[in-house]
Amino acid sequence: MSDSAFTVFFFFFRITSAFLKYFSCLLLHLFWCFYCHCTQIGNKSIGNSSVNLSFAFPMFLFADGAVAEIEKKIIEAFEVFDHECNKTVDVREIGSIVRSLGCFPTEAELHELLAKVEEEEEPTGYIHLEKFLPVMTKVLLDRSYRPIPEDVLLHAFEALDENKCGYLTKDELVKYMTEEGEPFTEEEMEEMLSSALDPETNTVLYRDYISMMIVDEPEDLPQ
Amino acid sequence: MGSGSSVNANYKYSLQKSENAFKAAVLIQRWYRRYVARLEMRRRCTWRIFQSIEYACEQDQIKLHNFFSYLMDHFTPSSSKERDFISRMFISGESFKEAELEKYCDYESMEVPDSYTGPHLSFPLLPDHATALLEAFKQKQQLHARYVLNLLHETRKHLKQLPNISHVSTCYSEEVTVCGDLHGQLDDLFLIFYKNGLPSPSKSYVFNGDFVDRGKQSLEILIILFTFLLIYPKEVHLNRGNHEDHMVNLRYGFAKEVMQKYKVHGKKILKMIQNVFCWLPLATLIDQKVLIIHGGVSDTTDLDMLEKIQRNKFISVLRGKKRKESNRNVEIQEVNGESNAEADPTGNEATPSLPSQPRPAQAPSMANRLEFSRWVRQTVQEQIEWCRRLVDISESEDEELTYSSMVSLADLDGPCWTRQEEWKQILDILWSDPMPQEGCRENTVRGGGCYFGPDVTGKILEKYNLQFLIRSHECKQEGYEFCHNRKVLTIFSASNYYEIGSNRGAYVKLGPDLVPHFVQYQANKTAHTLTMTQRISRVEESAFRALREKLFAHTSALISAFKAYDKDNTGRITLSNWATAVESVLHLGLPWRMLRPQLVRTTADGMLEYKSWLDDLAMEQRSQEHIQSSLLEVIYRNRSNLETIFRIIDRDHSGLISFEEFHQTWKLFSSHMNIELTDDGINDLVRSIDFNKDGNIDFNEFLEAFRLVKQTQ
Repeated sequence: MSDSAFTVFFFFFRITSAFLKYFSCLLLHLFWCFYCHCTQIGNKSIGNSSVNLSFAFPMFLFADGAVAEIEKKIIEAFEVFDHECNKTVDVREIGSIVRSLGCFPTEAELHELLAKVEEEEEPTGYIHLEKFLPVMTKVLLDRSYRPIPEDVLLHAFEALDENKCGYLTKDELVKYMTEEGEPFTEEEMEEMLSSALDPETNTVLYRDYISMMIVDEPEDLPQ
Repeated sequence: MGSGSSVNANYKYSLQKSENAFKAAVLIQRWYRRYVARLEMRRRCTWRIFQSIEYACEQDQIKLHNFFSYLMDHFTPSSSKERDFISRMFISGESFKEAELEKYCDYESMEVPDSYTGPHLSFPLLPDHATALLEAFKQKQQLHARYVLNLLHETRKHLKQLPNISHVSTCYSEEVTVCGDLHGQLDDLFLIFYKNGLPSPSKSYVFNGDFVDRGKQSLEILIILFTFLLIYPKEVHLNRGNHEDHMVNLRYGFAKEVMQKYKVHGKKILKMIQNVFCWLPLATLIDQKVLIIHGGVSDTTDLDMLEKIQRNKFISVLRGKKRKESNRNVEIQEVNGESNAEADPTGNEATPSLPSQPRPAQAPSMANRLEFSRWVRQTVQEQIEWCRRLVDISESEDEELTYSSMVSLADLDGPCWTRQEEWKQILDILWSDPMPQEGCRENTVRGGGCYFGPDVTGKILEKYNLQFLIRSHECKQEGYEFCHNRKVLTIFSASNYYEIGSNRGAYVKLGPDLVPHFVQYQANKTAHTLTMTQRISRVEESAFRALREKLFAHTSALISAFKAYDKDNTGRITLSNWATAVESVLHLGLPWRMLRPQLVRTTADGMLEYKSWLDDLAMEQRSQEHIQSSLLEVIYRNRSNLETIFRIIDRDHSGLISFEEFHQTWKLFSSHMNIELTDDGINDLVRSIDFNKDGNIDFNEFLEAFRLVKQTQ
């Protein structure tokens, strides 16, 4: 979403909900957005759009119903990985948290996200909830990193299946997954093979594999 | 046209192709990584569910005992029947003198028939006996009761000589192996011995408590451990765990297991085991540097005190706090209760036990409950005078006396600590858990012991010049876990504890350098053949089944909570409110929004029709339809308490209690659980389960009828 569109969206959003109650906050928010826009504070790019993240900041002055609900979900997911109960998680778990909230980022996108939530001075290896929450809320509101529909996934497998025979051999899959794209670790490859590989033919019948995996997923995207 | 452009075209084509392949690969990887992350989240949520339910259950157990303690403090039965009935619940271990114990659990007169094909034990034990036992148990044979009792006697004799804190040195045997909770899972013990070798003069072992309960082969584990203890007394060390406790065994399955396996002599065996457990050492020290205890420590832990107290006085650590003054009163009651019990061994006559006190018999339950406690309080005063007279008559006790902790026959020349302080020391050692925050606070989740922080650990280590602590008591996914900056190690040796595939077990080896080396395992072949997805799904299913049952058990509370959010009475609430309401009722601290898709299948535009959802939950629990649903709910919610109370009443472990006792149990139960049950309700219940044939109730059937007994796999 472009900056101005974002501003408009928020403006509209505010108007349609409890107008009078939030009137002063609304003005404040508009002022803030205008200020950010002029001074280019917080302008960053996510994916192929450029958005001013700071617009999001005053959002929490008047956390609305939907936003509050999203925040609660994020906090819940965060706390599952917060072993020490001190509102921090290991940086390596951020990927799991983001993904379990219904997002499908690539590794590159994940790194970009991490850059925003890590400590600026020097990375401690821990991510604080207070930094993570606004960023993640925005991600969810924007519906970034959309899920992959089944047919698109199928096309992807078919693209790798050069001979169009309906399956990939074990070697082919391993080659693509560990050498192309954002390569798998050995562990990831092994794990995928254990469920994808048909032991009798030593091939991956990708149609069946996809249907099996999709079934396992209950609809749960937080919308 | 010409090779140039066709090369170009080929080049472009292959470039396009590799770009496509790249994009496709990224897509698949993106999708797959998301799938794995979801699995990870599900795995952790499942884990949280199991743990919170397990600890909530333990909390129940403690509440039950606090209730009994309250009764002990304030209740004086007036009629002999009443006294008999109530005192049964108080006296977990009858105050047997040593000689009486020997006589009661005598085994010499037991004959081993020729038809017996199991192993024969003779004392002193030899390594061959141990291997024979291991073989026999692998073949699923059972050791004859005579040998079991003999073994227990010898074990007790041996344990009595041991100090409260065992000392192990790594200079005699190169390595010490420390194992955590086994919980009756014999396969895990076999696996440990297979991987690590049997105990021997060159192989020391420390077993850190919780050998029994939950698993189906607790007794076999005990037999094996005690055998090795007697054969290699210098190399094998056992610590007491919170499950080495008679009251806990009644709830968590060990008592049941023994009675099922030894129908004739089970009672004797259980009695003996009670008196063996209380003699188990409380802690082990390796090289004076590593302290091994079952639960943890607290800010008041005092190893010097621990070394000196008489550990055998605490048969069940779950006895509530008692004021010292009232000890004597209760002791007197005990004595009387005892003599009455002996004089009236078949005290199960089905005569109404309502004494001739002026008490409304058929009043509604609410009044009943109040009346009951009022009556309780009334009689106390009356009885105190009588008790005081008796006190003067009592004699000083025999050194050898074994009694439950609530009895404190005057420690005439006893140590300077109160019973209270000693009890707290042991409770903390056996029940505490570490927490990440600093400080030391009450362990409200378990209901006993405390949560201790890294500062408490630091202080204890410094005070006694230790390097680190090893403890068990908590199930860990990988079988072991460090915390408090690697100063506290949790070791857990029961794999697949919650469900097949739920966790690994582990043991730790320490050499003279005291650097821990871990070995992990999983004692179930199927666990290995399952994919990660299947493993997680399986455990997840189990967890959600338990959770749904818990939700069902709180149906009425949930309905009122939902109604509070549904002021317009539309029958629907938002999913967000659903999550908040459920947490406010169950208090399990679970991430409900994450769990929601598994619990709530159908929603209409983000709103849930809660009544039909609760109905669906109810249908999943097969039940007797003609019993009012609220009653059923109550039973489900309190089923382990109910079962425990029954088992305590059923002193001879026969599975039968009289109708009268059943009635009394319900009264006690309802006053404790704050539920309202009319006498009619109870009668209906009883009538629907055809009990009254002979005035006895087979409460196993009763529990089965309501699916209160968990189906074993």
